Amino acid sequence: MQLIQLSDWLLDIAFLLYVISSVLFVVAMTGKNWAGRDPKQHEERYGRIAYWLAVIGFLAQTGYVIARWIGGGHSPTSNMFEFMAFLDYCIILAYLIIYRIYKLTVIGAFVLPLGVIMLAYSYVFPKEVTPLIPSLRSYWLHIHVTTAALGEGILAVGFAAGLMYLIRTVPQHISTRSTKWLEGVLAVVLMLVGFILMESTFSRMDQKTVFEMNKEQMNAIGQMEKVRVEYTMPAIVAPADSKIVQAGPMNPWFEAPTWMEGKDAARKMNTMLWSVLTGVILYGGLRLIFRKRLGAVIQPSLEGIEPDLLDEISYRAISIGYPVFTLGALIFAMIWAEEAWGRFWGWDPKEVWALIVWLFYSAYLHLRLSRGWIGAKSAWMSVIGFVIILITLVVVNLVIAGLHSYAGV
Amino acid sequence: MDQRKCECGHTNPVGTLLCESCGKPLDVEVFEQTQFPDMRYEGMARRSQTYSKKWIDRIWNAFSSVKIAIGIIIVILVASAVGTVFPQQQYIPVPVPTEADVARFYTETYGTLGTVYYELGFHNLYSSWWFVTLLVLLGTSLVICSLDRVVPLYKALSKPRLNQHKSFLKGQKLFGEGELAPEADQAELLDRAAVALKKKGYRIFRAERAIMAEKGRFSRWGPYVNHIGLILFLIGVLMRNIPGFYLDEYVWVREGQTVAIPSTPYYIKSENYETTYWSEEEMPEKLELNGGAIPKNFQTDAVLYLNKNADVPGKKPELVEVQKGPIVVNHPMIEGDIAIYQSGVQEMQLGALNFVLVDAKNGNKELGAFKFDLYNPEAEQEVAAGIKVRVLDYFPDFIMGSDGKPATKTNLPKNPMVALEIVDGTAQVSEKLVYLQGSVLTQKEDARFNLTFQKPDLVDISGLNVRIDKAVPLIYFGSFIFMIGVVMGFFWQHRRIWVQTQDETVLLAAHTNKNWFGLRREVDGLVDQLQLPVTIEEKTKA
Repeated sequence: MQLIQLSDWLLDIAFLLYVISSVLFVVAMTGKNWAGRDPKQHEERYGRIAYWLAVIGFLAQTGYVIARWIGGGHSPTSNMFEFMAFLDYCIILAYLIIYRIYKLTVIGAFVLPLGVIMLAYSYVFPKEVTPLIPSLRSYWLHIHVTTAALGEGILAVGFAAGLMYLIRTVPQHISTRSTKWLEGVLAVVLMLVGFILMESTFSRMDQKTVFEMNKEQMNAIGQMEKVRVEYTMPAIVAPADSKIVQAGPMNPWFEAPTWMEGKDAARKMNTMLWSVLTGVILYGGLRLIFRKRLGAVIQPSLEGIEPDLLDEISYRAISIGYPVFTLGALIFAMIWAEEAWGRFWGWDPKEVWALIVWLFYSAYLHLRLSRGWIGAKSAWMSVIGFVIILITLVVVNLVIAGLHSYAGV
Repeated sequence: MDQRKCECGHTNPVGTLLCESCGKPLDVEVFEQTQFPDMRYEGMARRSQTYSKKWIDRIWNAFSSVKIAIGIIIVILVASAVGTVFPQQQYIPVPVPTEADVARFYTETYGTLGTVYYELGFHNLYSSWWFVTLLVLLGTSLVICSLDRVVPLYKALSKPRLNQHKSFLKGQKLFGEGELAPEADQAELLDRAAVALKKKGYRIFRAERAIMAEKGRFSRWGPYVNHIGLILFLIGVLMRNIPGFYLDEYVWVREGQTVAIPSTPYYIKSENYETTYWSEEEMPEKLELNGGAIPKNFQTDAVLYLNKNADVPGKKPELVEVQKGPIVVNHPMIEGDIAIYQSGVQEMQLGALNFVLVDAKNGNKELGAFKFDLYNPEAEQEVAAGIKVRVLDYFPDFIMGSDGKPATKTNLPKNPMVALEIVDGTAQVSEKLVYLQGSVLTQKEDARFNLTFQKPDLVDISGLNVRIDKAVPLIYFGSFIFMIGVVMGFFWQHRRIWVQTQDETVLLAAHTNKNWFGLRREVDGLVDQLQLPVTIEEKTKA
C-alpha cells in the first residue's frame, strides 16, 4: 500500500522533472541568439542541466516502476495507464542511449516534450492497481509488453529525429505541400495536448452529463437496467436515441449517428471533437502570436545542425528499434498467444496492427536500403510510422474491441 | 574485344558493373561519384539485371524487384488494416449459427457499410483466396530477391577488394587524396596505417602499395539470414495444411464426465471446475467494483486417458490414465504433441434433478428420494419397497413443436421436461406425471403420488480447446533465425577503408553499408593520427 503511494509520488516527481527539462532544452535551443551570450556556451550549459534533469527524472521513474511492480505484484504494464507510463519510460531510456552515442543536445528538445505528452496522456486513465485476470497471469506479460514498449520507445525517438529533420529542411519561405503536411503533423500533436488538457481539467470539475440509452444491459448483480453513459466533458454530441438523466454544463448540439452502436462510441466521439477543437484553437492561437507557420517558428533553433546527422539518428533509432519491436510485439507475442490460446496467431485486431507496424517499418527499411530513400522521404516515413504506432496503441484499444481490449478503459 | 574484359586483363561475367578484380567501372567513364555504380552488390552481375528475354526471365525479374516486393508489402498492410474495421466473423460477440445470421449481424450492427463489408467478403478477409495469394507472392518474392542478390554478393565478398583501380576509390562516398613528399617512406606509412586500423578492430589485407582494412563483413549477410528466417516461418505456416500436422478441436466436458477428444485416441475427464476470485485482502488497492468481482483463476482438474483400442474399429474403448492435473489459463496440459487449453466455461448448469416421491393421500408422507440425471437418466429405478419410477419421455430443452407435439431444441438440459410413470407393484397402481419448469402435473386430480423437489445438482461445464501444431517448432526456429539476421545486419556494420599509394600520392577511401557518421569519425581520426595530407570529401548522391 505504502509502496504504491510512493510509486505515485515518484512518478509525479519524474513528470515534474521532465517538464522542467523540456523547458530548459527549449531555452538551450532558442536562447542561443539572445543578446550578450556566446551561443555555443549557452547551448552547452542549458543542454547539460536539462540532460541531467532528464536523467534524474528517469531514475525517479525507475523508482516508480520498481515500487509499483513490488507493491502491485506484477509488472506495471497491465492496463492503459501503466502501459502509457511505461512507454514513456522507454522513450526516455531510448533518448538517453541515443544521446550517449551522438551527444546532440537538441534531440532532447523534441524527445522530452514528447515524453511529457505521453506521461500526461497516461494520467488520463484510471490509476488503480488492478489484480490480474487469469489470461494476464503469465510471466510473458512482463516479457512481451516490456519488450514491445521498448521497441516502440526507440521507434518514437526515430520519429522525433525525423520530425526535426523535416522542420530543419523543409523550406519555409514559400507555402508548399510539405509545409502544409508539416503544419498538419504539428496540429495533430497539439490536438493530443488539447485532449490531455481537456480531460484533466474536466475530470477535476465534476460536472458530469449522464445519458440513459434506450437499451438494456445486465448489471453486476444480474439485473437488467438501462444503459447509462457518463460524460466528463461537456456534451457536444449525445448518444443515439438517448435522454439526459443528469444535465451537464451545456446541451448537446446533435446526436451521434445510429450506427455508432457501442456503449461508449458517442462518448469517444465527443472526446475527439473536444480534442480536435482545442488542438485547432491552440494551433490558431500560436499562429496568431507568431504570425508565421509553426515550422518556421521552430526552424531557426535547428539551423546549426547538420541535416544528415538528423537523418542518420532517425535511421539509427529505427534500425535499433525495429528488431526490438519485432522481438517484443511479434515473436514474444506469438509465443505467449500459443501458450494462452493455443494459437500463435489469430488475426485479433491488436495482432494485426502490430503486424501493420512491422510491415510499415519493413517497407521503410527496404525503401531506404534498396531504393535510396534517404532524407526527406525517409523522415516522412518515420513520422507516418509513429502515427501507425499510436493508432495501434490508442485507437485499437479504445475503439476496436478485441482480445486486448482489457487493456483499455 | 569483349566489353566485359577489363583493362587489367580480368574477364568478367556479362552484367558486371565493377571489375571483379581491380574495381574499375566497366561501362562508364566515371567523372563524378553520382555516375559511379551502386556499391550495394559490389557491382557484380545479377541475373535479373542481365537477362530479360525469355518469359522465365521476366517472371524472375519481376519477383527479384524490391520495388514490387515493397508494393506487395504495402497492399498486404492496407488489406490487413481493412480487416480490422469491423470484427472478423470469428470474433463476432453474439452467436451466429447460420450464414444468414452473419449477414444480419453486419447489416444490423454497422448499417450499410457493414453490408458492403460482408458482401465483399471482408468478414473472412485473412483466409480469403486473394489475401493468401498475396502472402504467397510475398514469399516468392522473398526467395527470388534473396537468390538474385546473395549469389553475386557471396562471390564479391569472398574475395577482398585489395589494390583497386583509382577510379574505384574515387567512386566511394568518402574519398581523399594528397601529395606525399618525394622522400616519404610509403611502405612505412602503410604499415602505420595498418597498425592504427588493426587497433580499431579492423582486419588488414596488405599488398605492396595498398592496404584494405575491413570490419564486420558478416553483417552483410544479415538481410539474407533474416529472409531465410522468414522463409522458414512461412514454410512452417504452410506445413499446417499437411494432414496430421494441425488439429484444432473444442470439447465441452462437465464435471464427472469423460469425453472422447475427436480425431485423437485420447479421452478427457473433468473431475472439478472452479473459478476463483481475488479477495479484497489480496488486492493491492481498494477498488470500486459495484458488486462485481475480478476473476483470478479458471481451472479444470482433468484426467487424460489413452484409449488402447483406438486402432481397432468397433472394439470397446480401454482407457488408461496418462496424465492427471489442473488445466489453467496460460498453463495448458501437454501430452506429446497435444496441448489442451482451458478456454471457456458454463458454470452452474443443471446436472440432475432431485425429487422426493410423496404419498398425497397420506399427508404427503415421503416414500423415497431419487435423482434424475439430466445427461444420463436411468430408465427405471426403485424408489421404495415395491415402488418403481419409470421414465416415459424426456426432453432436455423443451419446446412445443410447430406440429403441436413436444420437442427439444438442443441436447443441453436448459429447460428439461420429464414424463414419469410411478408403478406400485404391490398395490397394482400406476400413475403418470410430468415435471416441467419447477412444477409437477399429475394425470388425475386426486392422484396418489406426487413429487417434491430438493436442490438440483449443478455442474460446471469446461470448454477445452485441444490443439496439435507440429509446425510450431519450425515457426519459432524461423523467428529465431530472423532475429539473428536483423541483429547481424542492424547492430553491426560492414566498414572498409582503403589506403593506397600511387606515384607520389596517397589515396584514401572508405565505404560502409550504414552509419556513415561513425565511419567518418573513424576516417578523420586516422587522417589525424597519421598526419596524412588528405582532406576527406563526403559526397552525397543527389
